[in-house]
Amino acid sequence: MKDAPLVNGRNRRSRSSELALETSIRVLGFSTIAFVGLIFLFLLREGVPVFFEVPPGSLFSSRWYPTFGIFGTLPLIAGSLLVTVLSIAIALPLGVATAVFVREVAPRWAREVLKPIIEVLAGIPSVVLGFFGMTVVAPLVRDLLGAPTGLTAFSGAFILAYMALPTIISVAEDALDSVPRGYRDAGLAMGATRWQTIWRVVVPAARSGILTAVMLGMGRAIGETMAVMMVTGNAAVLPTSLQAIFRPVRTMTATIAAEMGEVARGSTHYHALFGIGIILFVVTFLINLTAASAIFRVRRKGGLR
Amino acid sequence: MAALAAALAAGCAGRHEAPAGPDASSRPAAASIQDTGSDTLVNLALAWAERYMEENPQVRISVTGGGSGTGIASLINGTVQIANASREMSSEEIAEAKKNGITPVRFTVALDAIAVVANRQNPVSGLTLQQLSDLYTGRMTRWSEVGPGTGPVVLLSRESNSGTYVYFLEQVVRLGNAESRLLFSPETLLMPSSQGISSEVLQNPNAIGYDGLGYVTPDQKVIAVARSSAGPYVAPSARSVLDGSYPIARPLFMYTAGEPSGAVKKYLQWVTGEGQSLVRDIGFVPLAGAGEAGR
Repeated sequence: MKDAPLVNGRNRRSRSSELALETSIRVLGFSTIAFVGLIFLFLLREGVPVFFEVPPGSLFSSRWYPTFGIFGTLPLIAGSLLVTVLSIAIALPLGVATAVFVREVAPRWAREVLKPIIEVLAGIPSVVLGFFGMTVVAPLVRDLLGAPTGLTAFSGAFILAYMALPTIISVAEDALDSVPRGYRDAGLAMGATRWQTIWRVVVPAARSGILTAVMLGMGRAIGETMAVMMVTGNAAVLPTSLQAIFRPVRTMTATIAAEMGEVARGSTHYHALFGIGIILFVVTFLINLTAASAIFRVRRKGGLR
Repeated sequence: MAALAAALAAGCAGRHEAPAGPDASSRPAAASIQDTGSDTLVNLALAWAERYMEENPQVRISVTGGGSGTGIASLINGTVQIANASREMSSEEIAEAKKNGITPVRFTVALDAIAVVANRQNPVSGLTLQQLSDLYTGRMTRWSEVGPGTGPVVLLSRESNSGTYVYFLEQVVRLGNAESRLLFSPETLLMPSSQGISSEVLQNPNAIGYDGLGYVTPDQKVIAVARSSAGPYVAPSARSVLDGSYPIARPLFMYTAGEPSGAVKKYLQWVTGEGQSLVRDIGFVPLAGAGEAGR
């Protein structure tokens, strides 16, 4: 009985410090949201005027000559999407296969060697990869595929795939890691081979995590600027046929990076570049939203992670 | 562009005013030079001014852009000592200056030449301005249409924000015709840097590009350019730029109000002498002699 006030006092103290901690964490959490909101507001303020200065018909036309007041953003949007989708098409099979190998197949020592190497891969600066793309990948693409120039959407996608791979591998590997051992044991106990267990049981069980990996990789790819600017050729041509994969494209990010430096503040061109920023923001937001909703759906169904 | 130049000039002036402040009170003989004009020249003029003020702290030079016309108008009104111009003064402007009692004196301070470059394997050695225009507008898309080469033409250009882009468009793509509405072909690859152009030209036998002569490296093939098919085909060099035989080039001028004296005279002597070592870094061609020596 005598001890009771003391216990209460300690409780109160720990409760108040907990409250302070909780509040500060909450403030930090909400400030992140606030920052995103403020960035979007800034983008809107600088970019929205273009939607009034340039009629929507010509804003989504297929010619981009900003120096002469022609602001057709369609080739830029299509260029970004083409490069991103291509890069994921290259990176997804490679990334998932690598993750499966590292997590399920490789012996312990190989895993210990591979994991840090993959992480080092993530740390290579994009300008270095861009230089590699310009001097190694582009000539190869031209010589092997007979394209007029090696600076193509494909070269860009190749470099981007390389950049998205570490993200995809580590997140997919985490997803595989969280599949309970029982699933594998059950698969093998049913008489499935190791390959069948991996392909039919483990990978499907981790599919939401793999989807997250792909979305994160996609986010990285669509926002990447430097490497893309160096290897895609930056010609604002609307990709209309399959051949366009092996032709130059101009992405939204490269356009902003290349032109923002010299543009006169407050001009239509300036607003147009921020308008592209808004489009980029919205596209990235939609990708993340799709990823999130897919994950929630799987969770509700009782999938993992 | 003008706003940017003004901001740069303001920034530059501000930076140099701070250390000059106490100096000015103890040594009041500080000379001040106003230098206004061409946006093409503004970066070079700023580089010159900054270096000169480092070496001669008693001189204060403020540089602003605004365009050749603005600079010349200020010179005629007597508000500046030096006007930067990327063109010659017109006879009307000279007459107007004389009416104000000012005789403009022209100094050629640097050369702005644009070299057309291609891969060394490319057999084409000369092109006319008309052919360059046809190539860059996309009217001709294969090398066989302009000469001995084969294969598709890959057009390289600087990004649309560079002064070189605008100059090339006006002088070559539009052939100097102010009425022309011609534009670069949308297939043109816009390279973010000179390095991008040179690396693609080095690797790709189909490529054709252009850049300031100061940026051309010896491993690229420089195409000789002719005004018409009758020739002559002239390769860019300090001499052919200076005597006007190379068609895609222009001298850059500084005009002074009357024969310069004192600080202005010393400054211009430095600019056309020692100062030429800065010209190549900004992407222009130094005056004869310094031009072909290279680095």
